[in-house]
Amino acid sequence: MSEQLKVPTMAEFMAEGKKPEVLFWVGCAGSFDDRAKKITKAFVNLLSKANVEFAVLGTEESCTGDPAKRAGNEFLFQMQAVTNIEVLNAYEVTKIVTTCPHCFNTLKNEYPELGGNYEVLHHTQFLKSLLNDGRLTIEGGQFKGKRITFHDPCYLGRANNVYEAPRDLIKKLDAELVEMKSCKSRGLCCGAGGAQMFKEPEKGNQDINVERTEQALVTKPEIIAAGCPFCNTMMTDGIKAKEKEASVQVMDIAELIANAEDL
Amino acid sequence: MDYIKIAQIIAFTIALICGVGFFIGNVKKLMRNIKLGHDVDVSDNKSERWRNMTMIALGQSKMVKRPIAGFLHIVVYVGFIIINIEVLEIIIDGLFGTHRIFSSIGSLYGVLIGSFEILAVLVLVSVIVFWIRRNIIKIKRFWKSEMTAWPKNDANYILYFEMVLMTLFLVMNATDIPFQNMDSGNVISQFIAPWFSSLPESTLHIIERSAWWLHILGILVFLNYLYYSKHLHILLAFPNTYYGSVKPKGQFNNLEAVTNEVKMMMDPNVDPFAAPPEGAENVAPAKFGASDVQDLNWVQLLNAYTCTECGRCTSECPANLTGKKLSPRKIMMDTRDRLEEVGKNIDANNGEFKDDGKQLLDDYISREELWACTSCNACVEACPVSIDPLSIILDMRRYLVMEQSAAPVELNNMMTNIENNGAPWPYNQMDRLNWKNE
Repeated sequence: MSEQLKVPTMAEFMAEGKKPEVLFWVGCAGSFDDRAKKITKAFVNLLSKANVEFAVLGTEESCTGDPAKRAGNEFLFQMQAVTNIEVLNAYEVTKIVTTCPHCFNTLKNEYPELGGNYEVLHHTQFLKSLLNDGRLTIEGGQFKGKRITFHDPCYLGRANNVYEAPRDLIKKLDAELVEMKSCKSRGLCCGAGGAQMFKEPEKGNQDINVERTEQALVTKPEIIAAGCPFCNTMMTDGIKAKEKEASVQVMDIAELIANAEDL
Repeated sequence: MDYIKIAQIIAFTIALICGVGFFIGNVKKLMRNIKLGHDVDVSDNKSERWRNMTMIALGQSKMVKRPIAGFLHIVVYVGFIIINIEVLEIIIDGLFGTHRIFSSIGSLYGVLIGSFEILAVLVLVSVIVFWIRRNIIKIKRFWKSEMTAWPKNDANYILYFEMVLMTLFLVMNATDIPFQNMDSGNVISQFIAPWFSSLPESTLHIIERSAWWLHILGILVFLNYLYYSKHLHILLAFPNTYYGSVKPKGQFNNLEAVTNEVKMMMDPNVDPFAAPPEGAENVAPAKFGASDVQDLNWVQLLNAYTCTECGRCTSECPANLTGKKLSPRKIMMDTRDRLEEVGKNIDANNGEFKDDGKQLLDDYISREELWACTSCNACVEACPVSIDPLSIILDMRRYLVMEQSAAPVELNNMMTNIENNGAPWPYNQMDRLNWKNE
């Protein structure tokens, strides 16, 4: 990226005695994973383009505790949650947007009981609202007429019943949205959830991400759209396993829109 | 009244009392076993819970997600409920020595019996199709490894029961001479009656009486078969859909015991040397997570009894689809089997559970199964009666991690990273914003 991104922190806002419109919760993958960082940047570009006053926690952000909780370590999860809630409440955060469905689910559903009450949105929901309010416009651009299939992240779809926001955004690109046989509430997991991302799978006859990639390839897509950094990794690996890197790309919705806008 | 009639009334009354009495005994045992689970507050969202029960159990909304099985199931379900009006008549006739007491209501009776007869045929056909799906087509989910001899036989016994009961109902009507003479409501049985036309009237009467008796005795036996069978879902689907989760599926419960510990650790005013409150030394500390059925909550145990082993969960499970050992249906079957074992142990030991050296973990559910779960909620979504296998898997993982520190080594690394540097990977928290300048 030629020019440096403008990414203010909550601390900077506070120093000026101001509060941002929304806190962008970047998440661990979005902060450290090379592939996911691109999604983070694409989303920041979109926020800037729509003139959204946003801030990140930066070095004050820490894991939400999701993988620890799903692995069974409730203790570690709650330690993370309570610490994060102290930070968020100290900054009087009211609205959070995140590009990770796991962070989204945990912040939205599991933090309130522990004292963290925020309006939490997945980035596809937030982008959709920007679009509805006329703050962001999407031109089809390079994706016009392309075959795109959307892989539902479990923690966005089944877990929280968000199926339409990502699809509405894809349609705005004038792309041809093709559905897999198992989609929406019956979407097959990419294999990363429940802390599986961090371990080798148990013995079986197939890896879940390859199975899911095969389902996606049936739709003959040019692009597999994802809404989760972990799904993105799993599907990208699946595409590699099927040796389809040359013809099929795995992209986050935020990247699709940012690319369409030449951001 | 003649003696034969009186003897019949007495025999009927005894059969009815035994059948219903034995059933009540089983229901009591069922409730006691379910209450072995610890308490959970389900008093919230009453209207949503009623709506769920109405839609999912009464309205079969999730069954029809698979249209063929769903449609056939609705036929059997509607048939079962409506034909039970006929059972009411049978019971009254049996107790008072009357014959077709409702026939006095006139032409409406013909309409009623006529619709029962049509339903009986539809049920018969559906049940035969079910049998073919299981035994001839061998649909995959009915032949998974957890479908050992008993679960397979159980499923077939239920189908045979229904076939026999429906056949008896039609034969009973076909051989009932006064009913055939009424010529109202015998829409199906009039075509069966000619098969018996060569027989003398007295034989017909014996066949009619036998069919009548076998029908009602069959129903009483079936009622008592429920407790031993997966077929309990016909009753438990209703409470189970009522008590099923009304939260977003992604929301896992926060353990209160842990919250108290964490709050104490975070509170700077807590005196670390404070003596425990009076009497607290004798209270065993609560176990984190679940290693046996008593560690689960009663809704999870109700889930286990409600499971009718249809296998929709397993057929949607990404782990199972890719050949891993995990099957959500097996989680539910194991939970029920272990709960039954614990219940029998309590019965044999005068109401006290005696340690039998066994538990749900390892003796029934292996660690390999538990660690294969992606927590994707496909099983929860697929279940037509709101069973949540995932919550049991999670509670057992909690036991493994928090009581035994027995997580797979890669997960221990991940958790150590979160503890030390606030991310599942070994990156410094101070580097979290570096992406901005890359």
